[in-house]
Amino acid sequence: MSQLNNKRYLKRKIINSLALSISVVTVLFALSFLVWILWTLFSQGLSHLTLDVFTKMTPPPGSSGGLLNAIVGSFQMVLFATLIGTPVGILAGTYLAEYGRSGWLAPTTRFINDILLSAPSIVIGLFVYEVAVNTVGHFSGWAGSLALSLIVIPVVVRTTENMMTLVPSTLREAAAALGAPYWKVIVNVVYRSAKTGIMTGLLLAVARISGETAPLLFTALNNQFWNSDMSKPISSLAVVIFQFAMSPYKDWQHLAWAGALLITLFVLGLNILARSVFRSNQSQS
Amino acid sequence: MSSYDNKITVSIAGGEPSLPSLITLKEQTTRDSKKMSPSAQNKNVGATLDKLFRNTTMFFAFLVFILLFGIIVVLFVGSLPALKAFGPSFFTSPAWNPVEIQFGGLVPIYGTFITALIAMLIGIPVSFGIAIFITELSPTWLKRPIGVAIELLAGIPSIIYGMWGLFVFAPLFADHVQPWINDNLGNLPLIGQVFQGPPMGIGMLTAGIILAIMVIPFTSSVMRDVFEIVPSMLKESAYGLGATTWEVVWNVVLPYTKTGVVGGIMLGLGRALGETMAVTFVIGNAHELSPSLMMPGNTISSALANEFTEAVGDIYTSSLITLGLTLFVITFIVLALAKILLIRLSLREGKQS
Repeated sequence: MSQLNNKRYLKRKIINSLALSISVVTVLFALSFLVWILWTLFSQGLSHLTLDVFTKMTPPPGSSGGLLNAIVGSFQMVLFATLIGTPVGILAGTYLAEYGRSGWLAPTTRFINDILLSAPSIVIGLFVYEVAVNTVGHFSGWAGSLALSLIVIPVVVRTTENMMTLVPSTLREAAAALGAPYWKVIVNVVYRSAKTGIMTGLLLAVARISGETAPLLFTALNNQFWNSDMSKPISSLAVVIFQFAMSPYKDWQHLAWAGALLITLFVLGLNILARSVFRSNQSQS
Repeated sequence: MSSYDNKITVSIAGGEPSLPSLITLKEQTTRDSKKMSPSAQNKNVGATLDKLFRNTTMFFAFLVFILLFGIIVVLFVGSLPALKAFGPSFFTSPAWNPVEIQFGGLVPIYGTFITALIAMLIGIPVSFGIAIFITELSPTWLKRPIGVAIELLAGIPSIIYGMWGLFVFAPLFADHVQPWINDNLGNLPLIGQVFQGPPMGIGMLTAGIILAIMVIPFTSSVMRDVFEIVPSMLKESAYGLGATTWEVVWNVVLPYTKTGVVGGIMLGLGRALGETMAVTFVIGNAHELSPSLMMPGNTISSALANEFTEAVGDIYTSSLITLGLTLFVITFIVLALAKILLIRLSLREGKQS
């Protein structure tokens, strides 16, 4: 009898340690890919990341050049996308957090926003193509910005709402008791306390769109030359990387690796910055 | 209460208030309100501003709300020419011939589901393992760094996964893994031909594996979050009865959180179905239906990325838009289910606490 129990006990112990070791292996599995990808980027990209990359235009195949117009194009489109998306996102998030206690609009919008948050970005590109490219008749940087802003909005809505609901209602009540109208309570008290949280969301949104390629493919298209006119096709780092990486030319592929390293460092840097900003704020309060 | 008492006392003491006294009272209040008029005006302005602010925020919330329907309507209008030309057989036809203007969505739709399925088969167990490690095994000081590292995987742009997949992963896969799969799994009865194919490195299996890596951070972070809401009393009771860590996870944590876990899986599935750039690099872009996972194929998103700007003619463009609409509807359903499951878990949580 006791032998049987011992056997059973041993079996349970073995299953337990087996399962737990597999769990450790899965973590190592996932982390190894992170290390592998980063290592690839540095080993392939670092040697091609010269000053030329930041000072010269994208070259025709077979000659040397840089990524200046693509970097500037990306910067422009991300900037305008953030400028369009942020106010819309913050105001919509404000409604969900502050006025969303009754009625059908807030819960439905919250639900839809969460779906848009994970919606395939290429479909967003398709939508913007139909709305802003097909109707105008040509690709443009504005269309690209619009597509990116549609990706920014759900991220900002979500974080704004979360951060505003975290603000204790006693703060609102105290302000209201002093006679402040509700909009002043929101603008001067709630926004102020949720400021870093909203900023974090904004940084994460910028990080997300900086690496987006799919929605730009058929909205901003690409442009081999210097162009700062948003109403014309404009090049972006991500699309240039895609085009150059898929090409058979070695020079282009080298530039693609340099661009890939650049974009990844930027995006991961923003991610880490957003986290540390949020964390330092949390530890303060 | 006290004011009510006062009223009673007044009525007992003074009986009915006389008419003149009421008039003076009214005069007094009007005089008061005249005196206070600037502040009353302020109050009015405040109320208007309040309403204005509320309506502005409501307008933008409504904008987000309408965006979803806008996307569906616009894509539906765009796909009408193709739907008129091919009818419902568009979804069952494997044809894709721009020269003869014959289009069907079966190959990319099939490819989308198969790659997502492979991603889930790999991604679910790995995410589960990571979530267990972080919630049950990891020492506290290690939790944060590992959580952040896994989330950084989600931060890497998908085009980087694509480049890495095409230039680094695919050659290694072709040289070392695919021959092994061909030799060892290719001869199995019935399912053997799924694993037979030229070791090219690119293809549906490669796409599925890369998708799995991309999905892991999303699924594991949802699983981690739902595992953390399990009341520690439940877990401690099981430990107190002598259960092992694995038994606690499998018999207590998982049953308690199963709706949330399924929600996390669906969220990952939604991501895998719609992922574009990483798949475009390694899928091979071939409009051929093949039972083998080693063969190049196509997904909806990669067909769009590869062909949309080069598509000529209304029917070609419209066929691609129909594919886009299909993808959007599929991901919408999957993500909506995920959301509903997660909401149900948090509702139950609210009831219990």
